[in-house]
Amino acid sequence: MSEPADHASLDTVFDESGFPLDVRIPSDLRYIERIVGVVTRSCAALAFPARACNLQVPVALTEALSNAILYGNREDVTKGVRVRAEVSERALVMEVGDEGGGFDYRACLHDPTDPGQLEREDGRGLFLMSRLMDRVECFTDGGHVVRLTLHRR
Amino acid sequence: MSFAIKKQGDVCIVDVEGQLIVGNRQELKQKVLDEIERGERKFLVDFSQTGYIDSSGLGVLVSLSKKIREAGGELRLANLNDDLKTLFELTKLDTLFHIASNRDEALKNL
Repeated sequence: MSEPADHASLDTVFDESGFPLDVRIPSDLRYIERIVGVVTRSCAALAFPARACNLQVPVALTEALSNAILYGNREDVTKGVRVRAEVSERALVMEVGDEGGGFDYRACLHDPTDPGQLEREDGRGLFLMSRLMDRVECFTDGGHVVRLTLHRR
Repeated sequence: MSFAIKKQGDVCIVDVEGQLIVGNRQELKQKVLDEIERGERKFLVDFSQTGYIDSSGLGVLVSLSKKIREAGGELRLANLNDDLKTLFELTKLDTLFHIASNRDEALKNL
């Protein structure tokens, strides 16, 4: 993948981009819907199933982006979030990287459907990513990265 | 994305237009809390014009449901498409909410 587009060229990305996508957005929640729109429109153009375009991809990607902005970068606008997405014959792969220290994905993943947890306001983000994607991986690559994989069917 | 609140009888009907996600959940929460403060107790959230909901949006619905219940009222949901139904089933929140297939059904006995 090439170097990511910077903030100044984001409008071009939002208007024209397809896959592969490689862009760096500010740590600002207002960018989430636009980035998710770019990725889901591209998925629809590549004939991904409606469920992938309307549920799996938008929800899982929104969770990864909000975690990166809120918890990874703590909404520090001087820090960026790198979003990459590409499609092969087999799968859609999305990566969301922040500048935080990361977290132990397995340790943080719990079951919000447990009766004692059901009325909690928070704690469903990682669960939804894990249930809506075929694979969720976390690793360090100059920052903390979450990789989401959805196989084509 | 926006939230429109209309009164029908003694029920506040909230239309969620677009997404209900981390970026706008506080707006919905504050609007409904303001209505509770004004004495409203019966709420129906209509998702017929909703795209998708993330975990923050689900969390706000859980929180509002609890607050309305504590105030002696009730929150019901209506017009979820198949993808939104799946989201509520995955999280088992379909067991927590009264979910009606349409607005008329939701308003019955509310």
